[in-house]
Amino acid sequence: MEGLTLSDAEQKYYSDLFSYCDIESTKKVAANGRVLELFRAAQLPNDVVLQIMELCGATRLGYFGRSQFYIALKLVAVAQSGFPLRVESINTVKDLPLPRFVASKNEQESRHAASYSSDSENQGSYSGVIPPPPGRGQVKKGSVSHDPVQPRTSADQQEPASPVVSPQQSPPTSPHTWRKHNRHPSGGNSERPLTGPGPFWSPFGEAQSGSSAGDAVWSGHSPPPPQENWVSFADTPPTSTLLTMHPASVQDQTTVRTVASATTANEIRRQSSSYDDPWKITDEQRQYYVNQFKTIQPDLNGFIPGSAAKEFFTKSKLPILELSHIWELSDFDKDGALTLDEFCAAFHLVVARKNGYDLPEKLPESLMPKLIDLEDSADVGDQPGEVGYSGSPAEAPPSKSPSMPSLNQTWPELNQSSEDTAIVHPVPIRMTPSKIHMQEMELKRTGSDHTNPTSPLLVKTSDLSEESKINSSVKFASGNTVDGYSSSDSFTSDPEQLGNNVTHQRSHSGTSPDNTAPPPPPPRPQPSHSRSSSLDMNRTFAVTTGQQQAGVVAHPPAVPPRPQPSQAPGPVVHRPVDADGLITHTSTSPQQIPEQPNFADFSQFEVFAASNVNEEQEDEAEKHAEVLPVEKASDPASSLRVAKTDSKIEEKTAAGAPASVSKGTTPLAPPPKPVRRRLKSEDELRPEVDEHTQKTGVLAAVLASQPSIPRSVGKDKKAIQASIRRNKETNTVLARLNSELQQQLKDVLEERISLEVQLEQLRPFSHL
Amino acid sequence: MRVRSCDSLVLVVRVLRGRVLVVCAHGADPRHLSCRHPFLQNYPLYIRSAPTENELKFHYMVHTSLDVVDEKISAMGKALVDQRELYLGLLYPTEDYKVYGYVTNSKVKFVMVVDSSNTALRDNEIRSMFRKLHNSYTDVMCNPFYNPGDRIQSRAFDSMVTSMMIQVC
Repeated sequence: MEGLTLSDAEQKYYSDLFSYCDIESTKKVAANGRVLELFRAAQLPNDVVLQIMELCGATRLGYFGRSQFYIALKLVAVAQSGFPLRVESINTVKDLPLPRFVASKNEQESRHAASYSSDSENQGSYSGVIPPPPGRGQVKKGSVSHDPVQPRTSADQQEPASPVVSPQQSPPTSPHTWRKHNRHPSGGNSERPLTGPGPFWSPFGEAQSGSSAGDAVWSGHSPPPPQENWVSFADTPPTSTLLTMHPASVQDQTTVRTVASATTANEIRRQSSSYDDPWKITDEQRQYYVNQFKTIQPDLNGFIPGSAAKEFFTKSKLPILELSHIWELSDFDKDGALTLDEFCAAFHLVVARKNGYDLPEKLPESLMPKLIDLEDSADVGDQPGEVGYSGSPAEAPPSKSPSMPSLNQTWPELNQSSEDTAIVHPVPIRMTPSKIHMQEMELKRTGSDHTNPTSPLLVKTSDLSEESKINSSVKFASGNTVDGYSSSDSFTSDPEQLGNNVTHQRSHSGTSPDNTAPPPPPPRPQPSHSRSSSLDMNRTFAVTTGQQQAGVVAHPPAVPPRPQPSQAPGPVVHRPVDADGLITHTSTSPQQIPEQPNFADFSQFEVFAASNVNEEQEDEAEKHAEVLPVEKASDPASSLRVAKTDSKIEEKTAAGAPASVSKGTTPLAPPPKPVRRRLKSEDELRPEVDEHTQKTGVLAAVLASQPSIPRSVGKDKKAIQASIRRNKETNTVLARLNSELQQQLKDVLEERISLEVQLEQLRPFSHL
Repeated sequence: MRVRSCDSLVLVVRVLRGRVLVVCAHGADPRHLSCRHPFLQNYPLYIRSAPTENELKFHYMVHTSLDVVDEKISAMGKALVDQRELYLGLLYPTEDYKVYGYVTNSKVKFVMVVDSSNTALRDNEIRSMFRKLHNSYTDVMCNPFYNPGDRIQSRAFDSMVTSMMIQVC
């Protein structure tokens, strides 16, 4: 097949025809169906048609491809022009008019019969052609959807003036006409030309004579415009329905005319705009809605209350149920009132319903109210794109004050509130840098670490004020030749024995912050630490050191003394323990921290107890207490001590197990027996002593804490509470200690009695 | 004579192993007691059941439960009707089903019947369902075309109830 050159008009026309015939969009047109109709419409004799088909090659292929179709059309034009059908005539014949196709199709006939008759005077040689385009145009006027055919737009563009002309003559009768033919597509199409297209035709006719191309375009368009469009459009020309509604709703002729003019004016524009959304509101429609809105609510930014809207829409004679549904769809923010957008959407839905469209279940996107009313009052039809409404339900018009709070309206509020409310993360603020903070740290540490986290504190604080330590060192400290530091250790150990972490921690906390910040870890605690290497002390110290350095800020110097006294006994305790080569040492080493102070107190208590036991008066006890520490400090002869302790223990054992042991041993020489007894009783006594030491430790702790009490009182509430707690615990401990000491006193007294008895027994022998 | 019920609304949702019965019934508003027929209070504004078998039995259960609802409302007495009290909770359990109640400030009653075998439903879920119902009912009332006292024919309400029942079932 030789190449086919087509002019632009021909190209467009042919493509339109092809698309029209190509129903299935397969790019191949069967030789039957529309193609045949088309050829028949060409009003050519059948043999010519057959010839054409042969020439174009369709018969060979069995179908009409695009090229074949074009060739066929060209041949039709050739034939219609009277030229002989020859293959070469395709390109040789110049200035060939476009093939003409009489609308012989049934739909077209039915549709255009009336139009043909009415427009016969205008049609001239294009009788079959003219009506469809105007009909199409008419349809387009009322349509809100498809305008797929490009040539139509070109045709429309070619006829910009014609629509403008029509408004002049759109009579009030048009509503009636349209209403009558609301449901009759063909009627609608046919009647329309009577009114609107009336003047429309004349300019069109002029234009037709002006340019054949335009005519060709129009003629070419007669088949292509999708007939389905006509059907759909004819069914629902919104403008016609609008006008239908007019008598029902508004008796405003001017608006009708305005609408009609706007309709025709915008028709072309609509054709050029996107045509996918059947729910789009055209510009003239929107303008009409806006005008209607103004009649109810002059302020375009305001809203119409439900009752007024109800009255208005009831005029449309739709059933209440449908109006209710329309309301549900259009009242987007569910506040019982309609904004301009909502009103337009509702109106549009009413119009659509009037035209037979079923109401959608959901509001179409194009009808959703816009976020912000941009140009509802400004432009009339400047923006064809305005037709599409894209709104999000999140924001309601700010001017709207919802009568009933709706979910939609709460969204922006929530958003705003969430934006405004800054999430403030609680920033830990130190109340006062000193004691309180350390007390807090202590409290924290209380739960976590039952060892002596404070001991390093104490250790550290000891450096600062040794004198105060010494001063504050209480009884045992005085007994100890070691400085107050050791006494403070004992104090620390005592509370530790008790397990009263809170107490001594608190006391320590008061001091430690003060001391830890400025001074480096004092060397003194190291010896104790060295001994305590087997214990948790080192670890504790290390841990607490880190903690302190992290958290400590500044500490009043007043605090330090207290923990120091408690600290002081510690090393002292350790030292006596070391000095004491007895079992105590071995017993202490396996035992953990609580044990160490025990030993220190043990020895002290031994001194104390020994003083109590050996000497029935406290003077001796004191002496012993003094002696013992001295001995301990100087690494005393264990034998001496043993002797002393033996006596102590002997008596104790006599008290504890008076029956056998004491009796058995008393007649013997005192030194050996006491030794044995002491050894035995030592073991027995050790737990007792431990208890005693604990009690003494408690006492020491109490004494140690006492100096701190006045300090804590003056501090914060936490300090006071801590001190209260501490005091309560010391009270209980002291009470227990008291009861145990009472018991021991009883025992000791019994021993005394028994010894006196023995003495009595021995005396007669001595006399003899 | 045309009897018009009073203002309260009773909505009943019946859920039974995949069934839900939703009934909205008009309850009695004390203000209108004097002018209303005493026997025709609490007629339903909306009844829905899914699936729709033995509906009559559920309707009966709903209506009997209205008495319990009234009882609870009167028991509140002069207590301030706040959101918490709107939810009446389990009205009474029977061998097969549980009935939950909810009353709004305007004496609109919602009654939901749930099958006992549907153990997945917890109190919070029931509360949320009632909240949704209340919201949807509010939306229906916002519609100027809706006359209070009419049967609820709102499609949005229907769809909401359907989705709720489907979710439960």
